[in-house]
Amino acid sequence: MSEALLVVMEQQEGKLNRMSWEALAAAQQLARELSRPVEAVVMGQNIGNLAQEVAASQLSCVRLAENPLLEFYTPDAYCLALQQVIAAAKPYLVLLPHTYQVRDFAPKLATALGRSFLSDCIGFRQENGELVFTRQLFQGKINADISFAGDPPYLASLQAGSFRVDQVVSGDKPAPLEIEKIAIAAEKVRTKPLEKFQEAKRTVDLAQAEIIVAVGRGIKEQENLSLILKLADALGAEIGGSRPVCDSGWLPMERQIGSSGQTVAPKLYLALGISGAIQHMVGMKGSRTIVAINKDPNAPIFEVADYGIVGNLFDIVPALLEEISKTKGR
Amino acid sequence: MKILICLKQVPAKDSPPRIHGDSTWIREDDLSYEINEPDSYALEEALQLKEKHGGEVVVCSVGPARVQQVIREALAKGADRAIHIEDNSRSKADSLFTARIMAEAVRPESFDLILTGLQSDDLGLGQTGVILAELLGMPHATIIMEVQVPDGHLSGQFKVKRELEGGWFQWVEIPLPALLTIQSGINKPRYATLKGIKAARTKEIRHLTTEQLQLKPTDILEGQRLRRVYVPTKTKKTEFLEGSPQEVATKLVERLQREVRLL
Repeated sequence: MSEALLVVMEQQEGKLNRMSWEALAAAQQLARELSRPVEAVVMGQNIGNLAQEVAASQLSCVRLAENPLLEFYTPDAYCLALQQVIAAAKPYLVLLPHTYQVRDFAPKLATALGRSFLSDCIGFRQENGELVFTRQLFQGKINADISFAGDPPYLASLQAGSFRVDQVVSGDKPAPLEIEKIAIAAEKVRTKPLEKFQEAKRTVDLAQAEIIVAVGRGIKEQENLSLILKLADALGAEIGGSRPVCDSGWLPMERQIGSSGQTVAPKLYLALGISGAIQHMVGMKGSRTIVAINKDPNAPIFEVADYGIVGNLFDIVPALLEEISKTKGR
Repeated sequence: MKILICLKQVPAKDSPPRIHGDSTWIREDDLSYEINEPDSYALEEALQLKEKHGGEVVVCSVGPARVQQVIREALAKGADRAIHIEDNSRSKADSLFTARIMAEAVRPESFDLILTGLQSDDLGLGQTGVILAELLGMPHATIIMEVQVPDGHLSGQFKVKRELEGGWFQWVEIPLPALLTIQSGINKPRYATLKGIKAARTKEIRHLTTEQLQLKPTDILEGQRLRRVYVPTKTKKTEFLEGSPQEVATKLVERLQREVRLL
């Protein structure tokens, strides 16, 4: 009998990540609608304390999957372990956070199980008794509603920020632990992960900035950055960029905002010539006030903007600089 | 080294998708198309590996006749030959379906290395490469920012640099044959030369259909069903500021002072 919703909680170096708690909150919400229990699984080695931490939430059980080959992440070991957990738990739905690690192993896991995996979903609902997930297509310009076909277990991952960590419901008493026996043959693990590292010591912490001026492809050429720097200067802002701007070397990588860069939530976020790819938006949509200037009125960035200006940034930014200096002179 | 590079053709970034009257898909005829951006980095990586270590670069793309445009582009940049799997059914939106027909087409060729972009700019599922690896029984590594080949030992372990979240990276050792999904920014994709464009005209493009691969679409698991597509309703109320640049600048500064209490 396929019953529960199973949340895969991701941990690295003994820390559970934030998106896993978001997935847990989502699972609890969906479980209430479907009248199904929620279970969680944590994988690793010597992570009993993490299982205890998860068990404080309202769950029917926490499954602890430990094995020396799970100490350092590999897609092979993780898939083998989860296949065993899924065989034991027989879940209805497996919910995962859409992290880089999940992107690395979940399509393989689903294929090994003979299932589809709906990745990077932003929400779900019940429609005529059927579970429907929503995904973004075409860089957020269009949404799609997708349902599962065939038999459970179903698998889906949730985009960062789609659900809120503070919505996680705590239990009256700790959830029971289920110890999973995980057997992994060493020769089945084909890749060998080495040390993790950072390219350069980060010198700017954009997460602390009150105001951020961020630029995207709309800047067109590196020479045009001086105009943006002037604006950042006038506002007392830090400067950030979307991935293509940092890939081109126009701004240092450490100033990249988005899933592969920094996540920020300043008081004011000024997006200049940024169309708003999903990977960028997950890194800044928590900002208090968002101003977007873009020549394309259909750019997804306007979906999250409080103030929108449709136009050429090379006309508007100089006017803005003039206006700011007038205001300051008063 | 025999390298396969999987390319996808996607709607151009400045080509706004509009929805078909019955909400089942977008109006494809309206769009202009281009090569999926991460795939162009994967292609460049394949070409550079061939230039350094010798071998062959083969392109594979799934889609209707229009995808030949990106195939030709890849051949003009230096790929040796191509496989075009003509399909415009479930491959439009289902990575498992796409990976399955690709797996059938490329399995007999025994590639040493398969490269794909990490995800497509249109669907953003980020799954086709990883599924293909699983179907072919190969190890994989995703979101790769550097590929190191051991000296003269193509059969040995490759070292690849995986991007992790928040500015972290990790080296991973992986044995061949393997599949890697490539991150944007790993290299500087080249432009096709006039000479390359001419040379591409005589290069082989093998055409395949699902029938020729002896695959019936009904035999391939349908684990998901697309219900409808629609323009997202806004959750946030955006105030659009209009007027001349001077006027919008005045309006914006006024709001930043009054409502945001900045400046």
